[in-house]
Amino acid sequence: MPFEWWMALRFLREGRAQTALILGGIGVGVGVIIFLSALITALQTSLIERTTGTQAQIVVRPPEDEVRPLVRAVPGPGGIAPAPRIERPPQRLRSILNGTQAMAAIARLPRVTAVAPTVAGPAFALRGAASSSIALRGVEMESYSRILDLASRLTSGTARLRGTDAMIGVELAKDLGLGVGDKLRIAVPEGRRQVFSITGIFDVGNRDLNKRWVFVSLRSAQTLLGLAGGISTLEVKVDEIFAAEEVAQTIHGRTGLIADSWMQTNSQLLTGLRSQSSSSALIQVFVILAVALGIASVLIVSVVQKSREIGILRAMGTSTRRVVRIFLIEGAILGLGGSLVGIALGSALALFFASLAKNPDGTATFPVALGAGLFLRSAAIATAVGLLSAVLPARRAARLDPAEVIRYG
Amino acid sequence: MAEAGTEVSDQGPILRLLGVRKSYGQAVVTEILHGIDLTLERGEFAALIGPSGSGKSTLLYLLGLLDRPTSGRIELAGREVSTLSEQERTERRGRRLGFVFQFHHLLPEFSALENTMMPMLANAGREEPGMRDRAGRLLASIGLGDRLGSQVTQLSGGQQQRVAIARALAMEPLLVLADEPTGNLDTETGDQVFALMRRFNREEGTAFLVVTHDPRIAERCDRVIELVDGRIVSDRRSSQKAPRALAPD
Repeated sequence: MPFEWWMALRFLREGRAQTALILGGIGVGVGVIIFLSALITALQTSLIERTTGTQAQIVVRPPEDEVRPLVRAVPGPGGIAPAPRIERPPQRLRSILNGTQAMAAIARLPRVTAVAPTVAGPAFALRGAASSSIALRGVEMESYSRILDLASRLTSGTARLRGTDAMIGVELAKDLGLGVGDKLRIAVPEGRRQVFSITGIFDVGNRDLNKRWVFVSLRSAQTLLGLAGGISTLEVKVDEIFAAEEVAQTIHGRTGLIADSWMQTNSQLLTGLRSQSSSSALIQVFVILAVALGIASVLIVSVVQKSREIGILRAMGTSTRRVVRIFLIEGAILGLGGSLVGIALGSALALFFASLAKNPDGTATFPVALGAGLFLRSAAIATAVGLLSAVLPARRAARLDPAEVIRYG
Repeated sequence: MAEAGTEVSDQGPILRLLGVRKSYGQAVVTEILHGIDLTLERGEFAALIGPSGSGKSTLLYLLGLLDRPTSGRIELAGREVSTLSEQERTERRGRRLGFVFQFHHLLPEFSALENTMMPMLANAGREEPGMRDRAGRLLASIGLGDRLGSQVTQLSGGQQQRVAIARALAMEPLLVLADEPTGNLDTETGDQVFALMRRFNREEGTAFLVVTHDPRIAERCDRVIELVDGRIVSDRRSSQKAPRALAPD
């Protein structure tokens, strides 16, 4: 073992009470950071989940019809001139060109975890004399379940969309007096209509969507909406929710399709989350500062206590560089050791907190987000802080005049 | 006393001071040493005596390269060292000089063996083969072979000072500078510690310079250098040694 490590470890081991106290101090600091990070991350994830849980993280749709200047006939050579007014064309329901290829290309992008094709358009649900305006959504159950898991949101029936199966929301079921196994007629404005049988009734936690969403198989929706073989939107999920915007831009760049991320469509929520994150970051910075001051002060005291020993070490030929290293190593070890204490403390606190906040059904209100990434990051920060905090004490130790400290202590 | 130091092959004095002055303070300058000329030969056993405040410790720290002179030259093994960088002085100090202090100044966190090894470790940067053996042999030769693993705080005062001597000898220095090595010990223990230093002087050819208040110690050294008010007032060698006082008195 190198001399410096040997000295640093022994000094720490023999300074039991001091070492234990500062490890406790760093531990509490790191614990607060772990707890706060886990809590904020969990709260934000849960909030985003609640607010945007029914939306895909990224929705990809075909480019809009371009605005073409109209021309009008004028007398004279040429005979035409641009119209004085440019009108935005009405947007038709269109399918994505080469939808399957686009889907495969998006699925291959890094960070993308799921892609589901959907065909969506306006329609009416009819039963007897009652009718209700609905949003018809044709999906493949297998791919769509990775975007929005309907099976877990069922109030009755099963999540199955084959042939003329349809799934409706609880509100629509109530309005039209429908239950699982009942028949429902769906008509589109163009006049096409089809009878479906209800396989499942869902509750996605949003009253409006529970009233308007009707899921049918992709093929049925294609037929009804007149988009045979087409896909009107692709819904995309990414591995990390805040990566959505970046991935959306990549998708737009690669395919030329319009890709809207939840971050764009919920910019106010995002602003709120960002300011929450920055206030949490500010707290963490102050905690780190307090930890740094704690480490520095303990090491300075230790330099003062050991000044005679340092003088003796210098007298017997220990270079100032080695003396500096001894204290830097002490700082780094304290930081790392304290972070281990902190990880244990913070995790325990977070888990305890999560166990207190429970839904009526016994599930945790929010799962705390404790992960290896957070632990590694905290340990790295604490070690670096320990090292930096030791710079001042180490320089002080190196500047000691051996003759003076040996003679006068 | 017996002839000492003949087995050291390198020739020339260990340390030579030429016109060394040392003063402290900036607003009020106090000169402690007023032009010291002194040569320490290989293998000799010298005492440095003088009343309190005569500058003995200051001189010792200059000799030990722990301090720099205000003016004058200090040569270690023929090489001017007072102008060298701190790094080089540290290295030379570690290799050529050993220190024993009035209070043992052992590191309490470490065992007797570890304390003895420490100069070797500090100079080499890590443990190398043979270091542990050498430290063990040194401790055995001073009668502490059975206390190698003891924490130094569990040793008696005399044992601690003996460990300090072993530590000073670990790097096989040319010269050991001892500042009141027996000052903190009772007469009997002090005599044992002194005898130990004499033995290493005789057997290993290590030179010693012992700062002392104790005339009984001084009269048993081969050479006695007396410092009064920052000047060497006498420098006597006992009759067996090749005598020639440097400072005429």
